[in-house]
Amino acid sequence: MSTDVLIDLLQIIMLTLTTVVVMLVAGFKREHGLVNVLTTAGLAASLLVFVFVDPVLPLQATELLYFDEYSLFFSALITLGALSVSILAYPYFESHNSHNEEFYILLMTATLGAVVLACSTHFVSFFIGMEMLGVSLYAMIAYPVHAEKSAKFPLEAALKYLIMSGLTSGLMLFGIALIYALTGTMFFNEISPAIEAQDLASSPVIIAAWLMIISAVAFKLSLVPFHIWTPDVYEGAPVPVTAYLATVSKAAMLAVTLRLLLISDAFQYEALMLVLTVMAAASMLLGNLLALLQSNVKRLMAYSSIAHLGYLLIVIIAAASIPGILSVESMGFYVAAYFIMSLGGFAVISAISNSGKELDMISDYQGLFWRNPWLASVMITVLFSLAGIPLTAGFMGKFYVFTNGLQGSLWFLLTMLIIGSAIGLYYYLRIIYAILQQPGKISKQDPAMQAIPFGTHAVLGSMTAIIIYLGVYPMPMINILQSLAAAF
Amino acid sequence: MILVWLMLILFAGGIGAWLSESRGVGVPRVIALVAVLLDLALVIFMLLAPESIGLTPVASEQGEWLVLFQADWIPRFGISFIFGADGFSLLLIALTVFLGLISLGSAWHEIKERSGFFYFNLLWTLAGVIGVFTALDLFLFFFFWEVMLIPMYFIIAIWGHENKEYAAMKFFIFTQVSGLLMLLSILMLVFLNYEATEVITFSYFDLLDNNLSGVLGMLLMLGFFIAFATKLPVVPIHNWLPDAHSQAPTAGSVILAGILLKTGAYGLIRFTVPLFPEPSMAFAPIAMTLGVVSILYTAKVAFAQNDLKRLIAYTSVSHMGFVVLGVYAWNAQALQGAVMTMLAHGFSAAALFMLAGGLQHRIHTRDMDKMGGFWGVAPKMSFMALFFTVAAVGMPGLGNFVGEFLVLLGSFQVSITTTAFAALGLVVAAVYSLIVIQKVFHGENKNNYQFDDLTFIEMACFALMMVGLLWMGLYPQSMLDMAEPTLRSLGVAFP
Repeated sequence: MSTDVLIDLLQIIMLTLTTVVVMLVAGFKREHGLVNVLTTAGLAASLLVFVFVDPVLPLQATELLYFDEYSLFFSALITLGALSVSILAYPYFESHNSHNEEFYILLMTATLGAVVLACSTHFVSFFIGMEMLGVSLYAMIAYPVHAEKSAKFPLEAALKYLIMSGLTSGLMLFGIALIYALTGTMFFNEISPAIEAQDLASSPVIIAAWLMIISAVAFKLSLVPFHIWTPDVYEGAPVPVTAYLATVSKAAMLAVTLRLLLISDAFQYEALMLVLTVMAAASMLLGNLLALLQSNVKRLMAYSSIAHLGYLLIVIIAAASIPGILSVESMGFYVAAYFIMSLGGFAVISAISNSGKELDMISDYQGLFWRNPWLASVMITVLFSLAGIPLTAGFMGKFYVFTNGLQGSLWFLLTMLIIGSAIGLYYYLRIIYAILQQPGKISKQDPAMQAIPFGTHAVLGSMTAIIIYLGVYPMPMINILQSLAAAF
Repeated sequence: MILVWLMLILFAGGIGAWLSESRGVGVPRVIALVAVLLDLALVIFMLLAPESIGLTPVASEQGEWLVLFQADWIPRFGISFIFGADGFSLLLIALTVFLGLISLGSAWHEIKERSGFFYFNLLWTLAGVIGVFTALDLFLFFFFWEVMLIPMYFIIAIWGHENKEYAAMKFFIFTQVSGLLMLLSILMLVFLNYEATEVITFSYFDLLDNNLSGVLGMLLMLGFFIAFATKLPVVPIHNWLPDAHSQAPTAGSVILAGILLKTGAYGLIRFTVPLFPEPSMAFAPIAMTLGVVSILYTAKVAFAQNDLKRLIAYTSVSHMGFVVLGVYAWNAQALQGAVMTMLAHGFSAAALFMLAGGLQHRIHTRDMDKMGGFWGVAPKMSFMALFFTVAAVGMPGLGNFVGEFLVLLGSFQVSITTTAFAALGLVVAAVYSLIVIQKVFHGENKNNYQFDDLTFIEMACFALMMVGLLWMGLYPQSMLDMAEPTLRSLGVAFP
């Protein structure tokens, strides 16, 4: 193994090292604060690796991992998400006076899994990453189950996620097995040549295999009709975990999916494109419509995420007919924007919740603007960004989706996008309106008036700043994305 | 650069007002006043003595620009900051800043809660509108188009009246969704231009020579038209307006009626017709019919209102019908008339909303059936009401008359039938306007309301607007001359 490989692997080594250290420390000394600081420091250190270490790119490090700017971008995003979740988790779990330390080990292993996904160009690492992420998440979702006053339904949520994920893994493996049986390869980039060489493109088995893989992916991305678990899991899981699920797990899955579809040339299958189109339209429409009926912010965010993944799917579908470089750029922007705004939103929910009591009903946010203007401003910025209003990252993301849809002439999907956005405005505005209203009675015990720890402030502040920065001056981000998209 | 300063002063003033909120009600409003006055001073210099602040008009084939500012923004998509002002924009900028001052006057004693945030929103709306009137990059234009919405939404949602949630939501969704259609059109236009010339650009000047026609051109034109027609508004997409106007606080109504509606008309004149000349000409008969329907239908609906602010809101739609008529007649007189109507209506509607808001602030109702005999209680207010009502009806000697007369004169050359029906609007206008005077100021004071007459600040605001309307009515040439070069450069033939 050459030093180049080691340098590229440094971020993963940092994460692994942190996992081991956290595990050992938690084994010897049970102290929530210490473990949290170690985890946060470890994640921050692996984030610094991206800044200070100049990796050799692109490089195949072992058969399973592939490093290029694309994988580094998504790895950095994932690490940033994990770092924020770790910071948010401390005040959240501090009131939960049982064993909090294992949570951070799970957080680290999940993050490792997500990073493996971002660096994967091989079905084995795809599967390993997905399972590492998934298995850690089952336990993270159910984490506060033994607490006396726990979050509402962690066990139900975890079980649902477990069963659905089990099914997903089965489907995924079957799909991989079929592809391997026909082509004899697990490398994404060798699939297409092998299929061409044997003239298998119209073989029903190949199409079935792709459909299985796409269904598995759709489960993880919660696209309609594979979305049913999403609201329950979002609502049942503790807030930091919901934030993790909404951001890291989705971004990792999207990163590997786009790479898989682009380099294995899966767009040639019309059946696959049809399925994707139907899923995109249904997700945009159903996600937005069902979000209208919610009175719980976490459930609402779940449905809104379904809709947003529907918008993103437009980019993936358009990739069939437009240059890959634009799709990768658009996808990177949208994922980053969505990532940041979801994190910001969940950070607000987390700031006024703890494992004893979660404030996640829309009525809990009534008058937040008068009780805590800072939290309210962050939430309003996030909601405007989710709704795609200019000045925010969400608008630039939507701009990219529009551009892709136009260039790919996807008129039907664009119509759905406009209808979906119109409906979306209504429920985002409903929360904003609640936030702006006069509160009824303000009590001293009001959770929104309590002091917020410095770490949470840092997360809230940086997410808001990034949302506005990306919305007003996106050029630096676009330059980064263009350089990483050049490989496609 | 001076245009950027106009906006920066307002942006900074808004932030300053918000930050100073904890120092009481007085400080934010003084900061806001200073910012608006600074802007007003700049605008006056630009109007009267452009040379003294180093401005020299640039004449090019795309018109005569007093100021043109250009800088890169997102070169990846050919998006840049292009701000420019010619005579037409400058008139509207002056209107914006002036009415900004008036709206400050109407908020002075009315807004007591979170006044810092209120003035923040007020100034940011004004800045957004100035952005709309000066942006010459389609992306930038869209950006400002949406930016002026958000603070207005806050103004309605926080400081509005009893039914504000519904009104604010409706306002936002109508404008935002129609805006999305425009965004789609803009992107499509840019994309088609890219396919034809291999250059990706959002610049207004580059996109002007697109030569689109046929179904595609029509569809793209409609994307723009719907966005602007919603804002203007034109029947049948007008019905966000009565709610938004009646629920907004006084300063909000003043800005909505006085300035925000004009952004729609500005968009039609600056973007829709010049970008799509052929489809627009094909569409003109329909648009003119819609204009006439707006004039007559909303005049009738206005007559049926009990709510004073709703009534004035409907009359706004009716007057904006003349603007649509003028724009789509597309000749020198009609367009000059449309521009005059925009300016004059900005004054008269703002004044009427300020009166209605002032009444509501004093007697806590907008229901005209409860009012009556106020001439005895508040003679100054009643006189002002009479003056501005008569102005809105189109009394010769005041600005509105010049505007509507020119519109009718121009559209007569295009379509006699349409013009005949539109002229009926003048008659109906007298009916719905005089009923207001009769119900509110004449008759018997049934509920025996007693309240203070206009304050000094209010009197000052009304006096300023009176002078403005008289100026427009007696010496309209000064404004017509400013708008003329712009209209010429848009391809209008002047005799």
